[in-house]
Amino acid sequence: MNSVILRVGTRYLAGLLLVFSFYMMLRGHNEPGGGFIGGLSGATGFVLYAIACGTQDARAALRVMPQTIAIWGLGIALAAGLFAAIFGDALFTGQWLFIGATETEKGLPLSSVLVFDIGVYLVVFGSILTLVFAMEEEI
Amino acid sequence: MAGGFPTDTRGNGLTGIVPVLFAAALFAWFASMVPTIAATEVIRVSVPWIPSLGIELAFLVDGLSLTFSLLISGIGTLVLLYSNTYLAGHPQYARFALFLTAFMVSMLGLVLADDLILLFVFWELTTLTSYMLIGFSHEAEKSRRNALQALFVTGAGGLAFLAGLILLAAASGTTNISGIIAQGSALKEHAMYLPILILLLAGTFTKSAQVPFHFWLPNAMAAPTPVSAFLHSATMVKAGVYVMARMHPAMSGTDVWLWTLTILGAVTAVFASLLALRQTDLKQALAYTTLMALGTLTLFLGQESGYAMTAFATFLIVHSLYKASLFLVVGCIDLSTGTRETDQLGGLGRLMPITAVAAALAALSMAGFPPFLGFIGKELKYAGAIAVASEPLFVAGAALLSNALMLTVAGVVAFRPFWQGSVPSGQSPREAPWQMWAGPIILASLGAIFGIYPDLLQVALINPTVISLTGEIGEAKELKLWAGVNIPLFLSIATFVLGLLFYWHHVKLRAKIETVFQTIPNLDKGWDSFLDGLKGFAKWQTLRVQNGKLSSYLFGTFLTIAAGILLTLVYTGMPMIAVDLSDVEWKHTSIALLTIAGALLALVTNSRIAGIAALGVVGIGIAMIFIVFSAPDVAITQLLVETLVVVLVAVVMLRLPSMPKAEFRLNHAVLSVAVGASVSLILIAVVSSPLDLRLTDYFEATSWPEAYGRNIVNVILVDFRALDTFGEIAVVVIAALSAYALLRTTRKGDQK
Repeated sequence: MNSVILRVGTRYLAGLLLVFSFYMMLRGHNEPGGGFIGGLSGATGFVLYAIACGTQDARAALRVMPQTIAIWGLGIALAAGLFAAIFGDALFTGQWLFIGATETEKGLPLSSVLVFDIGVYLVVFGSILTLVFAMEEEI
Repeated sequence: MAGGFPTDTRGNGLTGIVPVLFAAALFAWFASMVPTIAATEVIRVSVPWIPSLGIELAFLVDGLSLTFSLLISGIGTLVLLYSNTYLAGHPQYARFALFLTAFMVSMLGLVLADDLILLFVFWELTTLTSYMLIGFSHEAEKSRRNALQALFVTGAGGLAFLAGLILLAAASGTTNISGIIAQGSALKEHAMYLPILILLLAGTFTKSAQVPFHFWLPNAMAAPTPVSAFLHSATMVKAGVYVMARMHPAMSGTDVWLWTLTILGAVTAVFASLLALRQTDLKQALAYTTLMALGTLTLFLGQESGYAMTAFATFLIVHSLYKASLFLVVGCIDLSTGTRETDQLGGLGRLMPITAVAAALAALSMAGFPPFLGFIGKELKYAGAIAVASEPLFVAGAALLSNALMLTVAGVVAFRPFWQGSVPSGQSPREAPWQMWAGPIILASLGAIFGIYPDLLQVALINPTVISLTGEIGEAKELKLWAGVNIPLFLSIATFVLGLLFYWHHVKLRAKIETVFQTIPNLDKGWDSFLDGLKGFAKWQTLRVQNGKLSSYLFGTFLTIAAGILLTLVYTGMPMIAVDLSDVEWKHTSIALLTIAGALLALVTNSRIAGIAALGVVGIGIAMIFIVFSAPDVAITQLLVETLVVVLVAVVMLRLPSMPKAEFRLNHAVLSVAVGASVSLILIAVVSSPLDLRLTDYFEATSWPEAYGRNIVNVILVDFRALDTFGEIAVVVIAALSAYALLRTTRKGDQK
């Protein structure tokens, strides 16, 4: 699609969508959001980019093959699940670390669950872009 | 294989030596257990495997399994030594040695297993490894076909066998074989006895190539000769016999057991010995005599008398010794002269003296001459046959006829090529290297040694085996070369006379058999037409079901959905639903109207872009329903997916030629209404039934304290049900990669 307005707009929109997708993913544990939704919004940003500037530019902007991202996501999710085994828990049991926790404050919560969600994000993001790019190039 | 023996007899280096040493070590290990077993003790080893199902890695060494183990590992050692020269310099020797060793180990596992499930695992492993071995010369189409045939026949039998084992475990309440046998005759009185027996026998008869499943075994001779010697003499085909023997104490003694085994065993024995005489190829002739031996063993397992059991144990050993030896001899002849046809062989005795001696020793044992073990085996066979209470004439007759024919075949295979005629021109046979005559000589000599000193065998193996078979001590009969003047002796003499008569006239006899067998249906050809029919049917139904039209696939899918839901509703009784519309608000109504309007527009429009947009409206309508009923996560996901779908569909559809005018299709209309109606009905039925809130309450209560999350949907996804989520994302990746591969393939195809 050859539209200057769309292309210029996309430059800002795509970046915003990407940042927003991270935000959606990170807040997912307590507010609406999460890896699925984050991955979907992130993918939307690149789909928009591909429509506006062509898939070649979109691929170049992504730098990594989308299928590689998806597979890495799967690997990260699996690693997060296996991580529990180190502590003798059943697979995919969440492991938590509260940095700087005091009696009343729980500090900065970090967890294997978050890592798992990042894996989900990457899988959704990578898979959708794999499909969309391939279809756009096909046609 | 023509072209004589390999010039470099050093074999295949370490790849060749290590398996031989491994097998020899196993043999030594089993041999060290002989004193324990001879003292009528048993050795048990057991490690928990699946404790929740009571399944153990249980192994049992008793007379029966030790006899088999010694045969398997002993003959395995000699065969591996032989192969190392037979296939010297073969580019795929490592693969061959691996398959053969793997086969040997699985066979050992099979005979040592003391758990039904473990037994089955090894059973299937022998099927798989023998498939690899039969199809080892995979460049030859015939070899592949025959390997596949063996795999299919024994694999199909294996399925029946598994069903039988499961029933057996359910009936006796344990998977432990010793435990089942310890229950005594409980199994024979169980209501499921007959189904269990039929299924188990289906497995063992296919594996042991009993009539009518006999056709695969001669075809399996496509394998290299050492494989035939190992698989089809001593081991694999005896797996079926082994299982029948193992279950003998628990299952024998009923009329069904007696008659099935006796009749099929006898028929197989006679039928196979006639077929053996018909062959001109030495290896094929031996293959059929193996069938005869299996038939005889089955026949004896049908009985219960101490004579029959002793005969079984003795003949098992006799047969393994002479048959492996003769197969290896045929391999030597084959390499030396380049042929296995009896008509083209003669006068080899002077040129290959050691091989000839081995052949003669083995053949004399096979033919049942004194003082060989074969003679004792034969005497016991007759004694066992006479001891049969119900039909001694039938059993003895079958034994007499098949033994006489055995003598004839022994002459044709091991006497004629060496001591009659002269070497045809063009052949320059010479003696085999020592690695190749060592095996036959050792095995054949054992037949003579045990014949002269039967006590060696009696205490070490025969008595313990008979104990395994009958469950009682002291049932075994004595192995004697001279048992006095009695009926077995007369039958033996009759056998010699008949056998020699057959031998002098074997060429004429062969022609006669040939004409008779022309008239009976050939099961091997039947197999081919069966496979062709199967392939034809598969092709026909694939063309019907997968016709390449997306609309027909969708039609089938939705038809199944509608039919499934409607049938469920009808069969479970349609709930009478009073739909209460009193709490419907204007926002609900408007969303519903919007969604319906989108669907209707998609139906009637003639513009692609309008159709896509209309479908998008439907999707957004659904997202709004989620918002109204406060499920923000689902709504966001739905909105994003809807957006992406619209984009994707637009990308594809807008490049298509303009849409043809929408026409009315009655069957599509009916189906749409049916799907819509059935889904609505079931949704109303679901909503109107009381909601089970236990899970909801549980997640609400534990989400924060246990998983530190307030968004329950997300906590379920990434914590409570993380394994499910992992499965789902794996599916997503697989789907994306498959679709990517498909898209790439078609594009490449277009460019060509």
